[in-house]
Amino acid sequence: MVYKQPDNSGHFDKFGGKYVPETLIPAINELESLYKEALNDDVFQTELSQLRTDYSGRPTPLYYANRISDELGFNVFLKREDLNHTGAHKINNALGQILLAKRMGKTRIIAETGAGMHGVATATVAAQFGLKCIIYMGKEDIRRQKLNVFKMNLLGAEVRPVSSGSKTLKDATNEAIRDWVTNVENTYYLIGSVVGPHPYPSMVRDFQSVIGEETKKQFAESQQQVANSQELPDVLIACVGGGSNAMGIFYPFLNDTVRLVGVEAAGHGVDTDAHAATMTKGEFGVLHGSASYLLQTGDGQVKLPHSISAGLDYPGVGPEHSYLKSSERVEYVSATDDEAIEAFQWLSEKEGILPALESSHALSLLKQRDNNIQKDENVIICLSGRGDKDVHTVAEYLGKKF
Amino acid sequence: MNRIQKIFQDRTEKVIPFLTAGYPSKKDTVQMILASEKSGAAMVELGMPFSDPLADGPIIQAASQKAIENGVNIGWILELVTEIRRESEIPLALMGYINPIINYGIEKFIHDCKLAGVDGLIIPDLPPEEADELLQVANDAGICIILLVAPNTGNERIREISNLAGSLIYCVAILGITGETGANRGELRQYLKRVEENSECPFVVGFGVKERADVVEINRMAHGAVVGSAIIEQLQNSSEPVNVINDYIRKLTKGTE
Repeated sequence: MVYKQPDNSGHFDKFGGKYVPETLIPAINELESLYKEALNDDVFQTELSQLRTDYSGRPTPLYYANRISDELGFNVFLKREDLNHTGAHKINNALGQILLAKRMGKTRIIAETGAGMHGVATATVAAQFGLKCIIYMGKEDIRRQKLNVFKMNLLGAEVRPVSSGSKTLKDATNEAIRDWVTNVENTYYLIGSVVGPHPYPSMVRDFQSVIGEETKKQFAESQQQVANSQELPDVLIACVGGGSNAMGIFYPFLNDTVRLVGVEAAGHGVDTDAHAATMTKGEFGVLHGSASYLLQTGDGQVKLPHSISAGLDYPGVGPEHSYLKSSERVEYVSATDDEAIEAFQWLSEKEGILPALESSHALSLLKQRDNNIQKDENVIICLSGRGDKDVHTVAEYLGKKF
Repeated sequence: MNRIQKIFQDRTEKVIPFLTAGYPSKKDTVQMILASEKSGAAMVELGMPFSDPLADGPIIQAASQKAIENGVNIGWILELVTEIRRESEIPLALMGYINPIINYGIEKFIHDCKLAGVDGLIIPDLPPEEADELLQVANDAGICIILLVAPNTGNERIREISNLAGSLIYCVAILGITGETGANRGELRQYLKRVEENSECPFVVGFGVKERADVVEINRMAHGAVVGSAIIEQLQNSSEPVNVINDYIRKLTKGTE
């Protein structure tokens, strides 16, 4: 059966939907109809495609990682989303949504950010289109990601610190939604992941699926000069916080016989209280406008997550991932802070690429003994972002000063 | 007919205070509700705390956080309602976000609300699009689902929402969150006129309501005024919350202390 999700009401089976205050209903309904129009509008698609090429530098390469492949005994390809303008996959979505914001005639852009990559991407496109930009960021994340905060300021955005709750991505998202409710008439909320009320999860997925579409084509091309060539890879691996890079690379492969694995953050371990492993430990719930798996207490209060990677430090997950878990199309596993740091160092030393700590979670699966990857298989990792922003965190973790 | 439906048969002036259950402490909540009634409140909206209250401003956020720290959960709130029902027939609506209710179990929640003596529910993150199951179970149990409308809700949608709600709807006075400045009078009048013309049921107004003058004006245009953040703000740093409630609600209902 051909995969077709969500349904017309924005549900992925029991997940998804639009759990928002009434004030936002007109805004998300308008966005939904405008987005549907844009999907079939050549002018929109041409403009987006041109921005991807000329501004962001797409297509990003699919790189065969020679030395780690030799070490592991299977073929590892890296989809180099780190080589996008602004250093991560986040720009794919930001470009798509800023075009919609422009069509809606909004003059003010708001966004939440965790690691700061989505904040930087949003500040970037807002600068490019001359729109006022406000980024909500948890105080704890501001501490962890000073470089990105300064970048956003340079790009002309105002970064508003959020000090409620865990002072991380979850709370930044609450504040962004409160701003949106208050300023809905002139403000566009540029959500950074496949989360939030319908139509955001499927819209962000669509904007990100350029990753998977390119990957499919590039992999097939890479096989042209290879003995025992195959059209499709065996395994795709991506990290999952909210889950936008994973949805982007998985989506074009959902109807194919390809093993898909999402890696979430196990923090200090899934059996401790300090992790962000929503798929492994979460229960059905509603946060930030959609139904999905959610880390919560027995009373239904949202739990404070932990991950060394600010971009994965989120107690929820995109509703489509919850659907793909419950339908068993995608496997979800986890990697700890330790494993991610180890993978960060490993890729740096072996391939000369500093991966984002988020992407390092996906990479670490390559080294896990029970990963079920067979000899000579073709494995593609979505290298969602570059690691420059994380060197402070890694240094701190390793007890080093510079 | 439940207690809410009964009081809205007559278009008398109504003040509806909002209190966060278990704030500032668990031990005072029952007395605070009884004091509200004595001071002239027509109905009480009792907040069920949630960790991520995205329609609320800093004042109610802080109260929710404190209540969670005080150990408040749905089970405790329902016990509290049971206790109030031994002494009072004041209409009670619970206000809370949908996640703790889903966690508790929607059917079990409605069943237990009915047993305890809850009359209505206000769930700001549950628009009609997602409310089918809850509406059905609540209707069967005779509990009012008080759906919300906002200044940007269209006329036809106001009709649909009021039809689904049946007994009462809640008009958010402003585009915004709780605890902000009240609405511009002219705009509010136009908006409530639209609601009056399109709503199939009575409607109350909240967000930005603070003083006796607001109460009087809103009751001219609607069927009741909800006062939330302004009350919670009075309770901050107060060691005698029951007296605070007595005095403040008396001011709102009678204009005197």
